[in-house]
Amino acid sequence: MSLSSPPLLELSHISLSFKGVKAITDISFAVARGEICALIGPNGAGKSSLLNVINGVYQAQEGQIRFDGEARRHMRPHHAAERGMARTFQNLALFKGMTVLDNVLTGRNLKRRSSWIEQALGVGRAPQEDDEQRRRAEEVIEFLNIQSWRQSLVGTLPYGLQKRVELARALAAEPTLLLLDEPMAGMNAAEKKEMSRFIVDINREFGTTVVLIEHDIGVVMGISSHVVVLDYGRKIGDGPPDAVRANPEVVAAYLGTRH
Amino acid sequence: MDFFLEVLIGGLLAGVMYSLVAIGFVLIYKASGVFNFAQGAMVLFAALTFVSLGERGVPFWIAFLVTLGTMLLLALAVERLVLRPLVNRAPITLFMATLGLAYITEGAAQALWGAQVHGLDLGIEDVPLDLGGLLVSQFDLFAAGMAATLVLLLSVLFNKTRIGLSLRAVADDTLAAQAVGIRLSRIWVVVWAVAGLVALITGLLWGARLGVQFSLSLVVLKALPVLIIGGFSSVGGAIVGGLIVGASEKLAEIYAGPLIGSGIENWFPYVLAMLFLLARPTGLFGERSIDRV
Amino acid sequence: MFYSEAGQFSTRYAADRRLFRLRRDRLGLGLLLVFAFAVVPQIGNDYWFSAILTPFLVLSLAGLGLNLLTGYAGQLSLGSAAFMAAGAFATYNFQLRIEGLPLLASFALGGVVAALLSLVFGLPSLRIKGFYLIVSTLAAQFLVPWALVKYGWFSNYNASGVISAPRLDVLGLDLSSPAGRYLLTLGIVVALAFLARNIVRSELGRNWMAVRDMDTAAAVIGIPLARTKLLAFAISGFYLGVAGALWAFTYLGTVEPHGFDLNRSFQVLFIIIIGGMGSILGNFLGAAFIVLFPLLLSNLAGLLLGGLIDPGQLENIQKMIFGALIIVFLIREPEGLARLWQQFRARLRRWPLRY
Repeated sequence: MSLSSPPLLELSHISLSFKGVKAITDISFAVARGEICALIGPNGAGKSSLLNVINGVYQAQEGQIRFDGEARRHMRPHHAAERGMARTFQNLALFKGMTVLDNVLTGRNLKRRSSWIEQALGVGRAPQEDDEQRRRAEEVIEFLNIQSWRQSLVGTLPYGLQKRVELARALAAEPTLLLLDEPMAGMNAAEKKEMSRFIVDINREFGTTVVLIEHDIGVVMGISSHVVVLDYGRKIGDGPPDAVRANPEVVAAYLGTRH
Repeated sequence: MDFFLEVLIGGLLAGVMYSLVAIGFVLIYKASGVFNFAQGAMVLFAALTFVSLGERGVPFWIAFLVTLGTMLLLALAVERLVLRPLVNRAPITLFMATLGLAYITEGAAQALWGAQVHGLDLGIEDVPLDLGGLLVSQFDLFAAGMAATLVLLLSVLFNKTRIGLSLRAVADDTLAAQAVGIRLSRIWVVVWAVAGLVALITGLLWGARLGVQFSLSLVVLKALPVLIIGGFSSVGGAIVGGLIVGASEKLAEIYAGPLIGSGIENWFPYVLAMLFLLARPTGLFGERSIDRV
Repeated sequence: MFYSEAGQFSTRYAADRRLFRLRRDRLGLGLLLVFAFAVVPQIGNDYWFSAILTPFLVLSLAGLGLNLLTGYAGQLSLGSAAFMAAGAFATYNFQLRIEGLPLLASFALGGVVAALLSLVFGLPSLRIKGFYLIVSTLAAQFLVPWALVKYGWFSNYNASGVISAPRLDVLGLDLSSPAGRYLLTLGIVVALAFLARNIVRSELGRNWMAVRDMDTAAAVIGIPLARTKLLAFAISGFYLGVAGALWAFTYLGTVEPHGFDLNRSFQVLFIIIIGGMGSILGNFLGAAFIVLFPLLLSNLAGLLLGGLIDPGQLENIQKMIFGALIIVFLIREPEGLARLWQQFRARLRRWPLRY
């Protein structure tokens, strides 16, 4: 990818507040196509809120989001999904009453062309499409190594696996931009290593751009090519990992004194 | 104009009665997040117990205290047998459990005391009073007075006592309240017992009006739109909601009834509540919550 | 072994998708259907057809309608009976006012009218969640019977709003005998149950469950919330409407608007709580329970206490037991009788092994 190609995602002057309390103040940054960008910062720095603004779960009061060539004042979750964003959540947002396979299949709902009547009666485009959907879902399931739990109810699985199922559901949508909110929270070292590898593999094999929030600095520096640092809702650092690590303001706010 | 005012005042005073039922709801909802459909059945149960004791020669205040004791027992049973096993379950599940509770309470009330209509005389005549040219029901005024007293008592209970303080803590943040050592089960028993007291007073007022009979348990259906309009979590909202529903349904019956057909009182509050919901999904006094993801 | 599934592998996705994947399940269901369609009409008597089997089937269908909305899509409704009433009165008017319209077409059109009405009362679900929604469905519950009584046109100007069944014939076959009405009901209910099972296993069914389990996440992965919810209301309304028409015409014969009051809505809700939310089979189990339990209780009381308890008291006791059962089910087995059946079946599949 050349430096001159326009960024996939560009945030300009985003500000967000809840009932007058500022969560995000005037944040701008760009994510290049094909990179892994990490958002870091202390708790309450506004990282999750920013992710929620990007795919439209929250609506920022000010600023503009440009995604894949289209500029919008506000994103809406459904529109974001249609345009190719998929994400996972900090506190698992899986459909607990459904099986792993069904959860992954819901991720592919936008790839459907047949109507619900065709599907209910099993006529027209539906049967062939069902096979295709299932085949793609199985590919994702295999990629993330969760075949043995295909038919298990998601609510009954251990936490680490649920995190992986959630990633599978996001991946099933074949996104161009993948937003991951603390994909490794609560994991032990081995699980973190495994999850990091999945993220890097996704980025390399499918060319998916990734924006992730992570607390483990070792992991962040290891897998990302671009780091954005937030503190108290403001951006205090933005650049390649090494440059950010050397930035004295970042060190003071986050890496050194407080964490 | 006088006629309009009379209808309006009659409606407002009837609305006070709706507010009473709604207050019982709000108490329980605030403290335990349960939308208690059985509040109407509790009104029936309390009124029927009180009247039946009275008919067996038990003096007024003893009957009142015995009924209150029964409501306390009911609160204990509900906490032990329904709320505790269902802790941390979805609000819809808890709501459906209170439907079951309503069936049990209604069945028990009628199995114990029979299904016939009982008269109830509180010694206040239901005669119109002439207030500066406007005719206002004396009984309605008395009921409004009772409601005001009750609200005053409740606000003292909540704002001036230890138990009230813990209750507000629980309503604010259940986990934090538990963390500082407030016993949730005790709070639940207290609010359900207080809701039982509210049910008893509601039952006496409504019963004196309509006779103590099964239809008392249907007042719960009047209280629902009141809650929607006032918001589930505010006693003040319940009162304002009750007044709005009472006044508007009477006005609608008088002025819109002839145009579209009589008997619209049954559904009008619901349509009104729906319109309110579309405009303000959390009620007049409720706060919009932010979904954290 | 009775329930061996050894060697039954699905080698194609289509095979894995089949309604009933295991051979024994298909065989069992086939036998059950043959029994219901061919054997029962031979061995049953009029009492069984009219007082037990037909209401059981109709209530199963009503439960199914509510279950699609509440059990699958997670939208609580206390207005089921209103949509049943709409279906019944619409069917009646289609038969009355359109010369020569086939009976089954009237049922279907009645269902469509109920579906549209349900859609309208489902509109608030786009803005409000959870039990705030019961206000909208209760509005339907009070508004619909009121309108049916108030406006004589709906009942062809009958003084008390009563409507009676049209001639029940399908393709020239007279089905007005108790056995005929049972068969007509059975045919419609079985067809609609199969359709429902297909729907809940399709994309739409998954979308419903996704909205039920976590609507924010559903929106984020691109599920159109409004469309998904409104389809749930409409399809649920269709099922309830057809159930209402069957209730009026194949079960009761004549019905008035107040036959579809709030208690009927509660009855349908109890069917899905006891039978199992989010299950197709559960509706049949729950309906069977609701129909058989009162009969059982009154027979038992007659047997043990020999008429010492008067019917009114028995009704109170029945009410208390129902209430208690609801709570017990919610606490012990939130997925209802269907879950108990599943556990039983799972044990059968493992038998004679214990795990």
